[in-house]
Amino acid sequence: MAEISAGRSRGRRTSIAWWRDERTRGIIWQIVVVAVLCLGVWFIIANMVDNLRRLGIPLGFDFLNAPAGFAISFSIIPTDLNSSIGRVILAGMINTLLASAICIALATILGVIVGICRLSKNYLISRLATAYVETLRNIPLLVQLLFWYVAILQLFPNVRQAINVFDLMFMSNRGVNIPRPIPEEDFGIVLVALAVGIALAIGIASWAHRRQMATGQQFPKGRVGLGLIVGLPLIASLALGNPVSWQVPELTGFNFQGGLVLQPELTALVLGMTAYTASFIAEIVRGGILAVSHGQTEAAYALGLKPGTTLRLVIIPQSLRIIVPPMTSQYLNIVKNTTLAGAIAYPDLFSIVGTSLNQTGRPVENIAIMMVFFLVISILISLFMNWYNRRIALVER
Amino acid sequence: MTDETVSVPPSEGRKPDLPPPMSVSGPWAWMRENLFSSPLNIALTILSLLLLYLIIPPLVAWATTLATWVFPTEVIVGDRSPRSSDCPDGACWLFVRARIGQFLFGFYPEPERWRVILSFVLGAIGIYGLLGGPARFRKYAAIFFFVVFPIVSFWLLRGGLGLMSVPTEQWGGFMLTLVIALVGIVLSLPFGILLALGRRSNLPVVHLLCVIFIEFVRGVPLITVIFMANIMLPLFLPPDMQVNVLLRVLVGTTAFVSAYMAEVIRGGLQAIPKGQFEGAMALGLGYWGVMRLVILPQALRISIPSIVNTFIGFFKDTTLVSMVGLYDFLNMVKTGFKDANWVGVEITGFAFCAAVYWVCCFSMSRYSMHLERKLHTGHKR
Repeated sequence: MAEISAGRSRGRRTSIAWWRDERTRGIIWQIVVVAVLCLGVWFIIANMVDNLRRLGIPLGFDFLNAPAGFAISFSIIPTDLNSSIGRVILAGMINTLLASAICIALATILGVIVGICRLSKNYLISRLATAYVETLRNIPLLVQLLFWYVAILQLFPNVRQAINVFDLMFMSNRGVNIPRPIPEEDFGIVLVALAVGIALAIGIASWAHRRQMATGQQFPKGRVGLGLIVGLPLIASLALGNPVSWQVPELTGFNFQGGLVLQPELTALVLGMTAYTASFIAEIVRGGILAVSHGQTEAAYALGLKPGTTLRLVIIPQSLRIIVPPMTSQYLNIVKNTTLAGAIAYPDLFSIVGTSLNQTGRPVENIAIMMVFFLVISILISLFMNWYNRRIALVER
Repeated sequence: MTDETVSVPPSEGRKPDLPPPMSVSGPWAWMRENLFSSPLNIALTILSLLLLYLIIPPLVAWATTLATWVFPTEVIVGDRSPRSSDCPDGACWLFVRARIGQFLFGFYPEPERWRVILSFVLGAIGIYGLLGGPARFRKYAAIFFFVVFPIVSFWLLRGGLGLMSVPTEQWGGFMLTLVIALVGIVLSLPFGILLALGRRSNLPVVHLLCVIFIEFVRGVPLITVIFMANIMLPLFLPPDMQVNVLLRVLVGTTAFVSAYMAEVIRGGLQAIPKGQFEGAMALGLGYWGVMRLVILPQALRISIPSIVNTFIGFFKDTTLVSMVGLYDFLNMVKTGFKDANWVGVEITGFAFCAAVYWVCCFSMSRYSMHLERKLHTGHKR
């Protein structure tokens, strides 16, 4: 082996001119690429510095401390006209994350349901699911968001004629008002009971697993665990005389007072995004389940497993391996697509950065903040999903 | 098989024959099997029938019988212009009829609109030649679509050299949507191929640069890329070299689609067995020879369905240019709502918009499925 390679390299030295040598050419090409890139970057930066000086725009992030001077219609952390720009941008980031989290949760649930419905033996159900998927995934998300927004503003009644659901929930063109839970003093005890219930359930599950491994005897760990998690807090709250009071929205004057408000912007965003992304998730779920070979199901039945158990122990673990990677990119898409919320006046990061850019006249820093935010989110979600993917990946011998 | 006319005589200990099974074919059996096989299934069937009953009749009535299709006589005679109060109930298709010219061509001058139609007919011929036409013309179709068609259609659309000049500010409507989508696809394919080859290159610097570009662009939303191109590009160029909004947006969208195209083509490249590279190398071909003559023809062929899917996604994403003030189809429809004559026609407008996009994307996705079946033959054994 050593002789052969030595012979080859000697041959190259003697018979091939240096400019024909693959390695030399590779190095030269890379030097050329780096040189062109450096020239390009130098050109861009020189122009940018020049342009910024000409326009009198300084560089630096100190403007984040200045008062914003513009209000945003919805934020989790309190903001007002005097809040600093940095704080308002932070509120925008939280709004983006909030909308993404709600949409990811709902789209996953709806997508899995629709995906399973598409596989149903019931002709009507599977056709309905197919129609859902084919309709929604072929219409641009922006059109859907605008449609829902307009539909909520126009088709929902005004506040005085709000749709009343058992005097608890009110739907009007100002949004959906729901009761707000207000914890009282003893509520901590209920939380402790919940924690104890979860801990006990986990303990019982691991004990039952060990016993089944050792003796083969099964234990209804699922039902007992659920009973503990739901039952203990329920008993605690009944014993304490219901330590949570609900603040129900009430119509006073021209608007509802009290309770929680889901604004029309957020409602339209959640509706549109959930419905749109669920159509993609449904296809992923369907593909993943179909990819598990039929022999696996038959083998599980032959072993005497019930259909539910087969689904839980045989089909889902195998299909998850196929489902997880494309699901990651759908979750990333949801986070990235929340930027469309700017079109329906939901104050997400993109629309706040746009306003801040107009107010401060500092394009470079504002766009940099937004880009870095999305890159960090993308990397975090991919890292998490890669970790999860490795955990469930097939361990081959 | 067995002859059913032969009946076995009843023998000792044999139980009487079971009654024949109920019909196993025909509509009743089909319904029993597919709709009413279990209590859960019956419940689901009733639920979906209820859902259909609640959704379909009102929707159809809104779009057809309740809707207004024809202009009132005063409008036809020319006494006044149409307005939203001409539509008492249901969808107001009058709005679409009155503004269809703007929806399709934006502010493009009316006597010149044949140029738009002609250039898109040329584009359609090119796409047909590339994907559906006879194989021996494919090379010429590729040259036509990627070289001749962009130059000719730019001349037709923009004007000059004997044609009336139409500045890009007057481009709009569905035409602008198609321009953005076609420029994206025509430019992103070569860039995507280069990026994909770069990402698989052995040269570490080239590989790293391509990975950084692709992952950066894929990590941020399209609208931020468009926004950045729109705002930062003027800062990156010398003051005497400024470009207009449409060109800036096209730079952003092309960079964006190229990154996604690169990943699709990389998938195709990875599907080519190593033996193909080695065989081509053994024939004495250099890197570009191997790629151009052996690898890329196979890799591109495999990735055509995914390329079409990427294009469908991008076609839907062209609506985002409305957020930086370009008058694409969606923005043109939205602009129509600002007319004082047309108050409250938003739902009709968006429904029309959704229907147009749906027809385009659905037919493209069916076509991509058809291509997938057509191209699959040689690879599945």
